[in-house]
Amino acid sequence: MIRFEDYVPIVGEAVTDELRLLADRLRGTTVCHVNSTPVGGGVAEILTQMVPLLNQLGVPTEWHVIKGGDRFFAVTKKFHNALHGVSQEITDDDFVVYRSTQEDNLTQLNLDNDIVFVHDPQPAGLIARKAALGNHWIWRCHIDLSDPDPRVWTFLEPLIERYDATVFSAPAFARRLGVRQVLIAPSIDPLSDKNRDLPPETIDAVLTRLQIPRDKPLITQVSRFDRLKDPIGVIEAFRLARAYVDGRLLLVGGSADDDPEGKQVLAEVRERVAGADDVLVLELPPTSHVEINAIQRASTVVLQKSLKEGFGLTVSEALWKGKPVIGSAVGGIPLQIIHRHTGILTHSIEGTAYWIKQLINEPDYARRLGENGREHVCEHFLLTRHLRDYLLLFLSLHYPGKDFIYL
Amino acid sequence: MTTIAREPFRFVTQVVQIELTGLKARTVEELLEHLRVVPPSVIHQHTHRFVSDHQFLSPEPPNDFAYWVTEMLGARQLGEQFAAVDIVRFRSLEDLRAAMIAILDRYLSSAGAVRCAPEGSELHLMKAVSFILPTPYQATTLEDFLHGLKKVSIHSLYHHMFEARLRLEREQNDFSAWLAHSLGETALARAIARLDPYTQTLEGLRRRVAGLVALRLREPAP
Repeated sequence: MIRFEDYVPIVGEAVTDELRLLADRLRGTTVCHVNSTPVGGGVAEILTQMVPLLNQLGVPTEWHVIKGGDRFFAVTKKFHNALHGVSQEITDDDFVVYRSTQEDNLTQLNLDNDIVFVHDPQPAGLIARKAALGNHWIWRCHIDLSDPDPRVWTFLEPLIERYDATVFSAPAFARRLGVRQVLIAPSIDPLSDKNRDLPPETIDAVLTRLQIPRDKPLITQVSRFDRLKDPIGVIEAFRLARAYVDGRLLLVGGSADDDPEGKQVLAEVRERVAGADDVLVLELPPTSHVEINAIQRASTVVLQKSLKEGFGLTVSEALWKGKPVIGSAVGGIPLQIIHRHTGILTHSIEGTAYWIKQLINEPDYARRLGENGREHVCEHFLLTRHLRDYLLLFLSLHYPGKDFIYL
Repeated sequence: MTTIAREPFRFVTQVVQIELTGLKARTVEELLEHLRVVPPSVIHQHTHRFVSDHQFLSPEPPNDFAYWVTEMLGARQLGEQFAAVDIVRFRSLEDLRAAMIAILDRYLSSAGAVRCAPEGSELHLMKAVSFILPTPYQATTLEDFLHGLKKVSIHSLYHHMFEARLRLEREQNDFSAWLAHSLGETALARAIARLDPYTQTLEGLRRRVAGLVALRLREPAP
């Protein structure tokens, strides 16, 4: 169980004191989060960390998960893809299933907390209860809504506009709405196995066990084997750079056993690098958090050359470890990388190759980028900042339209 | 003898929440179009975000507009003009808006081909909502003031030096106002008001203000 006090040595007392002060202003305010799954996926991961911390700070917080049959989740999966702009066959019956599942859940759930915080489109229709309860409702959208399928958006928009506020993870994910839109980026937990400090012996042991030689600078991308993460583009960029600098490319991804497309992408990657002794492809189980941590810490340069991206928190994970990161300017990556200040943003294979060369040849510059990147993450992408943003959001509900709020 | 202020100085601090407008610019024209209509708090956010958010960086880059047109549009000359805007001399955000618009108008009247930001590198316009919180520090003497100044967070310093003057449209920064009006320290107040807070980090600014106050405290009593 995470203890709030454990964050003091990492972020400092000024930050934790500020969180206590904000929570004090909310004392007695009750909150419930509603989403569609208790485990798996980023939302459940965030709520697992966030709900206990809010309770420890004296903000009584519950977490409800809506229930729905296979039919409902098939419909919401289609909605999800459609909101991402992927063409889907949506029928009138899909909307009927969505509405009836919301009504079923409204008979089961107690939503009379002061603030109801609804995550993603699956439970968004619960807003129907708002008028009867007279409490505050927030909708957090964890996906990119910039180019949604018009049919699904036309259905959802009137629901969303009944909320008191909406939350988006990145400016690029938002669209013009007739309701307040607050920017709250996701975060990494500095105490998790994936991000906590590791002693050099642990890093050495992990790399030895995984048979990763350290005779050359490691240039690493940690991502599942997915075309949108452009592993082939990474290999091409490395090959262009490799003509001028010495290094070893490390492509690390999760197991692709249960993902047919992932399996195919992995096979293509392996085929592309067959016989090359300066490229390693590593398939790790999803629980390999310490291994990923050690690999990131052992790397000289970290890449995130995605073609499309959600928020791309692997960038913050690497920056938190003080690593220079070259990332594509897609999704939430430009929030994490301020070009040439906290990392490098690129738009092409050639650009990525150019910057790999620069960062290998200029270790002092690479080190400065990494140091700036870690500071940037410390200030903006740690769990404590996320917690602060939630507390501010809750407080702001009492001051609609105000630019200055005196607490 | 130590002078006691007529009114104590209460150090406050602030935290901000960012609100999105849903507006984004891909070109200089779009930026100009939006700058004409956005609320003043949007102008403030994009001219001050780097000051408050990136204390670990050197004073550069000075504002979002300069950064964006330089890095994303490759318009270095325009970026330099934005960077050179002397924000400290503006008394209101509307005046600052007019200056930014004039720079863009001039650029567009002489620019050749118009560049478009690559996908994913658009400028998204947003504003900050500031939450003002008390701190345990207050001062009735110059000695107390120096003590508080050294203790408060940089967000407190930011509020008293930046937000007070331009966003809250007080005539001067809070420190100079209190020193002059409550303590009669007009020369010290003027010296602090003359500092350009935009060309240094907040920690650098804290050191300079503290240095001026310490110097004044070392002066022999009349």
